[in-house]
Amino acid sequence: MLQEFSEENIEPLATGAWILGTGGGGNPYISTLNLRRLYAEGRRVQVMDPMALEDDDMVAVVSNMGAPLVGQERLGDPVHLARAVEVMEDYLGKPFRAIMSVEIGGSNALSSFLAAAILDRPVVNADAMGRAYPEAQMTSFAIGNLPMFPLSLVDVRDNEVIVTRAASWTWMERISRKVCTEVGSTAATCKAPRTGREVKEWGIHYTVTKATELGRAVIEARARHDDPVQAVLDHEGGKQLFRGKVIDVARETTGGFLRGRTLIEGIDADKGSRVELAFQNEWAVAFRDGEPVAMTPDLLCLLDTVSGGAIGTESVRYGQRVTVVALPAPELLTTPAGIAAVGPRAFGYDIDFRSVFS
Amino acid sequence: MKRIGIDVGGTNTDAVLIDGETIVASIKVPTTQDVLSGVKAALAHVAGHRDSVASPIDAVMIGTTHFTNAVVERARLERVAAIRIALPTGASLPPMCDWPEDLRAAVDPLIFMVHGGHEYDGSPLVPMVPDEIREAAMKIRDAGITSIAISATFSPLTTECEVKAAEIVRSVIPDARITLSHTLGRIGLLERENVALLNAALQSLGKTTVQAFSDALREAGVTAPFFLTQNDGTVALADVAATNPVHSFASGPTNSMRGAAWLTGLTDAMVVDVGGTTSDIGCLAGGFPREANNIVHVGGVRTLFRMPDLLPIALGGGTIIDPATSKIGPRSVGYRILTEALVFGGETLTTSDVAVAAGLIDMGDRDRVKGLDPAFVEASLARIRDMVADSFDQMKTSAEDVPLIAVGGGAFLIPETVPGASEVLRVENAGVANALGAAMAQVSGEVDQVFSGMSRDEALAKAEAEARNTAVASGADRASLKTLEVEDIPIAYLPGGARRVRVRVIGDIAFS
Repeated sequence: MLQEFSEENIEPLATGAWILGTGGGGNPYISTLNLRRLYAEGRRVQVMDPMALEDDDMVAVVSNMGAPLVGQERLGDPVHLARAVEVMEDYLGKPFRAIMSVEIGGSNALSSFLAAAILDRPVVNADAMGRAYPEAQMTSFAIGNLPMFPLSLVDVRDNEVIVTRAASWTWMERISRKVCTEVGSTAATCKAPRTGREVKEWGIHYTVTKATELGRAVIEARARHDDPVQAVLDHEGGKQLFRGKVIDVARETTGGFLRGRTLIEGIDADKGSRVELAFQNEWAVAFRDGEPVAMTPDLLCLLDTVSGGAIGTESVRYGQRVTVVALPAPELLTTPAGIAAVGPRAFGYDIDFRSVFS
Repeated sequence: MKRIGIDVGGTNTDAVLIDGETIVASIKVPTTQDVLSGVKAALAHVAGHRDSVASPIDAVMIGTTHFTNAVVERARLERVAAIRIALPTGASLPPMCDWPEDLRAAVDPLIFMVHGGHEYDGSPLVPMVPDEIREAAMKIRDAGITSIAISATFSPLTTECEVKAAEIVRSVIPDARITLSHTLGRIGLLERENVALLNAALQSLGKTTVQAFSDALREAGVTAPFFLTQNDGTVALADVAATNPVHSFASGPTNSMRGAAWLTGLTDAMVVDVGGTTSDIGCLAGGFPREANNIVHVGGVRTLFRMPDLLPIALGGGTIIDPATSKIGPRSVGYRILTEALVFGGETLTTSDVAVAAGLIDMGDRDRVKGLDPAFVEASLARIRDMVADSFDQMKTSAEDVPLIAVGGGAFLIPETVPGASEVLRVENAGVANALGAAMAQVSGEVDQVFSGMSRDEALAKAEAEARNTAVASGADRASLKTLEVEDIPIAYLPGGARRVRVRVIGDIAFS
C-alpha cells in the first residue's frame, strides 16, 4: 500500500517532527529545504504502510548522525544519505525494498525522504523511536534485541566506513560515535538493515502520519488564533507542566553530544517556582524546584508559548517565553526493557521512572 | 538632558527636540532625494529652539528606515558577490537558495562555493585553497562588483578562513568592501550568510546615508555626539553603524513603538507605524517591542540576529496604485510624494490621493483627484483595509481583541475599525513617534569574545564588567545599566574550558 507524499505535507511533517524531537534531533529546516528542492526537481516520495512489507523485504534504516549544532553549519546534502544506503546495498549484495528513518523526531524524520527521493524507493510509515534519542541502543530494535550490525557511515570527504560487526548495541554506538566524532560530529549513516518482519514486529508504526497530523494541528491552530500549545496537548493527549521564561542556559559539547541544562522561571500560575530541564541532545529530565517531575521516556517538549513551535536544546535562549509539556511515550518504551534502554538511568540520573501519565 | 531625535523615513523626515520629558519642538518635513536637505530643514527648525532651553544639546539620535525600505522594495541595492568557504559540505544548498526570486534578481549575485571552512573544534574542514579564492576574486573584479560577503563554516568560533579569504580578495580588489559573516551573525550558516549578504547589498546606501546625516549636523552647528538607533532600541556611534546597515534594519519601527508607548501610556497593544513607503506592525509588551524569539524574515529572507518581532507591509502614504489594475504597491514614490502624487501636482496615483479623494485627510489640491471614479476609490480603500487587517491578524497572538495604535505620517490610511482590534487609537504627535522614540533611546554596551582559563561564572562576570565599561565609555550612566542578554557557547576540545561569551547591557545617557 503506497501513497504519494504531497508537497503540501512537507511543512506539517517538519513542524510535527520538530515537536516530537523533544528538543533534539536537529531543526528540520535544512532537511525541509533539501526535500523541497528535490520536489522542485520533480522527484516524489511514496509512503508505504509497514504492514504491507513482506517478511523477507529488506528495509534501510537511515539517519544523519551527530550533534545538532554541527548540522546548522555543515549543511547536509541528500546525496550522502543516498550514498550510505548504496554502500550498504553493495556490502549486502541485496537491494532494499524501502527506506525508513531511525527517529521521527527532528531533522531525521526527513532523512528517509531525502534518501528515498534520490533512490526512488518508498518510505516506510514507521520509525524506531517515536521521538528522538541520542544513541543507537535507544531504539525499539535494540529493545527488541535485534542484530545491530552492519552499519555504514559516509563522510563528505569521501570517507566511507562499514562496521561489519559489534558485540552489542552499546558497542555499535561507541564505535560508530567515535567515527562520527572523528569526521566532525556529523555523518550520514545506514543502520543495521531490517527485514519486513522485524519492522512489522518492532517498528514504532505510523509515526510519519502522526508527525504530519500533529504539525498540521499546530499550523491550523495558529491560523485560527487558537492556542497552538493547547492544540499540541489535545492532539497528543499531553499535559502542560510549566509555563515561564528562560533565565539561564548552560551547554557543553562533550563526546559528540550537546549536554547541559536550561533554567526556567515560572510566570502566571507557576510564578515563584523554577524548572530546570537537563538535556543530552534531547530534554531528559525536568526538575521543579529541585524535584524530578517528568522524565524520559515521556516526551518532554519545550514549546514557544506563543507559536506552539518546538524549541531545541541548541537554540533555546535567555528570555524566551516557554511552556514545558509532556506527551505520552510509545508503549514499548515504558516496558521494563524500554525503561532500561531509555529511562532516566540511561542518561545518568539515578531516578526511578515515574510517568506523568500514570 | 537635551536631545534631538530625528527619524528619516522614505517619505518624511521627523525631528523633535526634547528637554527631559518635555517636547520643546517638533517638525515633519518631506524627505528629500539627497536626504541631506530634508534633515537640514528639520534640524534647522528644532535647533532654532535650542535657545529656549538653558544648556546645549547633549546628544543627537537618528533612526532611519532606509535600509529596510531598500530590501522590501528591492531597490537601491548593489550587486554583490558571495563566497562561501564550506565545500565539500552544503553543495545542495548554495548561498541565497532560500531567497525570494525578485530580491535575488535585484542583488544579482555572483556566487562561489569553495573548499575550506572549519569543524566545530576550530580545525580545518578541508584545507582552504587560496587559488580558488583568488580565481573567484578575479571573476568578481571582472564583473565590476566591489561589495562581497564571505562566509565559512563555524566562523563564529574560528574566524581564520573568513579573515584569510578577505585578505586574498583585497589583494585582487583593493577597494573591496567586505562583510564577514562572523561579525554579524551567529551559529547557523545559512542565516548568518543571509545577514552578511544583505549587509553587503546595503554598503553604498549605508555610507551615503550616514555621510549625509553627518554633513547636515555639521552645517546646523550641532556638535553633540551623533548616534544611529539600532534594532533593539539602543544606539550606536554613527561611523560604526554605517558599515553595518543591517543593525539599523528595524530601528524605525522600534523607535516608533517606543514612542507610541510613551505617547499613549499603553504598555500592551499592537502598533502600526505607517510611513511613506512601508508600514510595520509590531506588538508592545510591557512598554517594549516584543522580541522575535528566533529567525526573523527581512524582505522574505531568513536571518538570525537581534530583531524585534515585526511584520512589514509594502503600504505607505506614497505607495503607488496602478490605475489600470488598481494593484497597490509595492513601489512607492517615497520622498517624491510632494511632487509626484496627484494632489501635489504630480502624475502618479498614490494611496494618499485615494485617501484625499475619500475625504480621509485634507492635503494638497483636492480638485486634482475629483475625477477619480468613486467606485475605484472605494475598491482601493477596501484593498488597503484588507492589507492592514491581514497583517494585523497575522501578528496577533490571541483571539482576544487588543488595541491598535496607529502612528506615522501615513496613519490616516488605517481604517477606523479593524477586525480583531478593540479600538484604533490615534494620538497627538503620532506623526513624530519615531523621532520621540529615537530621542529617548538608550546606550548599550556589548562584549562578544572568547574567554579561557576561567570558570563559566568568572567568564560571564568578566564579560559583563567589560560590557558595562563599554557602555559607560559610550556615554551611559553606570548606575542605570541593566543586563539585556547573556549568551555563552562552550568551545569544546580547546584547552582551558574556552567559551565564547556575549553580553549586552543597556542604560540611560549620562548627564555630562
